Amino acid sequence: MKHSFTDEHEQFREFVRKFMGANSDTTEVRRLMETDIGYDTDVWNNLSESLGLPGVHIPEEYGGQGFGPVELCIALEEMGRSLYCAPYFGSSVLATTAILNAGSTHDKEKLLPDLAAGKRIAALALAESRGQWDAAGIEMIATKTNGAYTLNGEKSFVLDGHSADFIVVVARQADSSGEDGITFFTVEGDAQGLDRRLLNTIDETRKLSVLRFNNVEATPLGTVGSGAQALQKTLVLSYVALANEMMGGAQKLLESALEYAQMRVQFGRAIGSFQSMKHKLADLLLDVELAKTTAYYAAESAEECAKDMTAVASMAKAYASDTYMKVAIACIQIHGGIGFTWENDTHLYFKRAKSSEVFLGGPALHREQLLQNWDK
Amino acid sequence: MTDISEESIRSEVKGWLEENWDADLSLVEWRNKLAESGWGNPTWPKDWFGRALPSKLASAVQDEISQFGAIGTADSGVRMLAAATLLEHATNFQKNKFIRGIVTGKDTWCQLFSEPGSGSDLAGVTTRADLKGDNWIINGQKVWTTSAHHAQYGLLLARTDWDVPKHQGMSFFVLDLLQPGVEVHPLRQMNGHASFNEVFLADAIIPKDMLVGKLGGGWQVAMTTLSHERRLADGMRGIWGSAAKKAKGRIFEELAAEVKVALEPYKWYPQRAGRVDIMIKRAEETGAINDQVVRQEVAKALTIHQASQWTALRARQAQKLGRPPGPEGSLGKLAASNVARAAAQVHTLISGADSMLKGEDGPMNGIIAEILLSVPAGSIAGGTDEIQRNIISERVLGLPKEPRTDTTGPFKDVPRNIVS
Repeated sequence: MKHSFTDEHEQFREFVRKFMGANSDTTEVRRLMETDIGYDTDVWNNLSESLGLPGVHIPEEYGGQGFGPVELCIALEEMGRSLYCAPYFGSSVLATTAILNAGSTHDKEKLLPDLAAGKRIAALALAESRGQWDAAGIEMIATKTNGAYTLNGEKSFVLDGHSADFIVVVARQADSSGEDGITFFTVEGDAQGLDRRLLNTIDETRKLSVLRFNNVEATPLGTVGSGAQALQKTLVLSYVALANEMMGGAQKLLESALEYAQMRVQFGRAIGSFQSMKHKLADLLLDVELAKTTAYYAAESAEECAKDMTAVASMAKAYASDTYMKVAIACIQIHGGIGFTWENDTHLYFKRAKSSEVFLGGPALHREQLLQNWDK
Repeated sequence: MTDISEESIRSEVKGWLEENWDADLSLVEWRNKLAESGWGNPTWPKDWFGRALPSKLASAVQDEISQFGAIGTADSGVRMLAAATLLEHATNFQKNKFIRGIVTGKDTWCQLFSEPGSGSDLAGVTTRADLKGDNWIINGQKVWTTSAHHAQYGLLLARTDWDVPKHQGMSFFVLDLLQPGVEVHPLRQMNGHASFNEVFLADAIIPKDMLVGKLGGGWQVAMTTLSHERRLADGMRGIWGSAAKKAKGRIFEELAAEVKVALEPYKWYPQRAGRVDIMIKRAEETGAINDQVVRQEVAKALTIHQASQWTALRARQAQKLGRPPGPEGSLGKLAASNVARAAAQVHTLISGADSMLKGEDGPMNGIIAEILLSVPAGSIAGGTDEIQRNIISERVLGLPKEPRTDTTGPFKDVPRNIVS
């Protein structure tokens, strides 16, 4: 597949694009944005039944489609293109990947089939109020009393945490620090002592929540105390997934800017005929193509478990962060005054770009990760 | 019409080489033999030192010559551009006079297109060709001419009619450089090198029968040359056969000398590209890698460099799979320009105050200085970034072409440099 998609990949992309076109136009996006739950359960069920997308990268033995990172990223790219409002990233990417990496066989048999079928929705509670998505940033402690675990503390920026059926929580054992003592847990969404509040976010298409744990009983997921590696693997795939989702949105914005530049006439000619616009759009095309390539390459590397997988995942995330924002800003600019209105769709993508820029770590952090892992 | 198999072609070439390869010949003698056999340029017409083979088989032939340890046709410098242009537009008289000298490497050629007054605006040539009796008298100046200082012949684009619109008034000639009316001067660059020349033409003489193509049809001929230039841009790669590289003997010494001369103008090109390859090593050696800002800038430059490489592979792969060309194939030059500039900035960050020094006093014995002073050429030579953006926005994005005021009406009325 090196450096290209197969015909099957392109066919798959077509299916997803068609579904998104029929079920996630910007009118729908605007409607769902206004709701607390943020998605349409009928559309979600349809997505699950007709395309099996929630399980696209879950192995067949756990009820999934048995595909890998490349297919997952194609689906995400198309979802990003349409700003599809659904708990897909939170449940099918973050939580599912965490279960795949951290869970025992028993855990996977118990939890994955419902996720694959779209029957249950999960969320991953990892970052805390400081907004760090790594082991070092975890302060929440899991206390063991009489063989049972309870969680106390707060998790923030939890994608679809307020509406999920269950939460995958990453905490640490008492008196541990850094990569030591990291443990995954599952907690039911309606667990006693769990308080879930929707955060007020600039991107209303992505529902983030803050979860407060007050002696909440939690079930360990996988081996207690040695979850750091599973966390790292989960994050690396999530970086790639997010990068591809972002590039779907960036590409859509470029097309929108181009379309407007060709249509809008000022001074007797299309504004796209002015050289400043032509050059701006040419530069944007270059940025988008290069960043897309990097996201695609990262998906390939993840699929092959290549040596450069970790470095390239962060490379792709950083580059997508910068590029998506660059295109978003330029797209508003190219639209002129109307680009700044609520009515124009550009701000919907701008807000997704801004939010994604820092979700799972900002570009500077990822560039640092890239360098640390380059040529390893 | 039988389909020739690659296998049979390969064995035929091999057989011929076994019979005819002789390392004791001079380079020109060997290439004469090669030319007459048609194996030197197998896609060319049979009448002109070729075998009319499809291009797919040409690489197989080249591969066999390479593997055998023999030497191929003279294809360095402007030779193949000249040959391609003449094969398409020249008279038999002209082909008879020039093609053999090209393929044997006996003659060196140069391309006389760019002028001080027409760079990006290539069609704006003002070097004039005036017919006087049986000769064209040439007056004007050409610039950025590679190898003019040792060339026998030049592909000359000059203006023959000033009363017609711009693109219709040019004609194409073969100029004999070895005459009093032609003066070649090296052109010194900001990085100290003088890889190119200025060519001053003062009543230079071109016999009537050296007009190539139609009178007034010079632009079309020049387009042929340029289309091949694009195609052969990577031509510097295939000069040596891998086996020939290691061989000893007079013929290989001659080849080495030829290659050295051909590559001499480009020895600073790796520095022009920014030397991303030594960025991390330099940062590590100097300890700059521990600086947070340096790390970020290294990561940024590394990212766009890798992304450009992978994008080129994407384009190539799409081509191989027979897929329609996407935008990724037109972005290479602009991407490379950005990479080079980013890398130059990183090298400056790493080298700090030493960025002020060159030669033996400078870091890496002057390589860093050469990077800093060569990178500005990349966004200009061979098509400026601005022209690239025009091309991308027009041909890839379909945006309207620039409004033109210079293409209709007599060329003599088109404005030139405004001097107050």
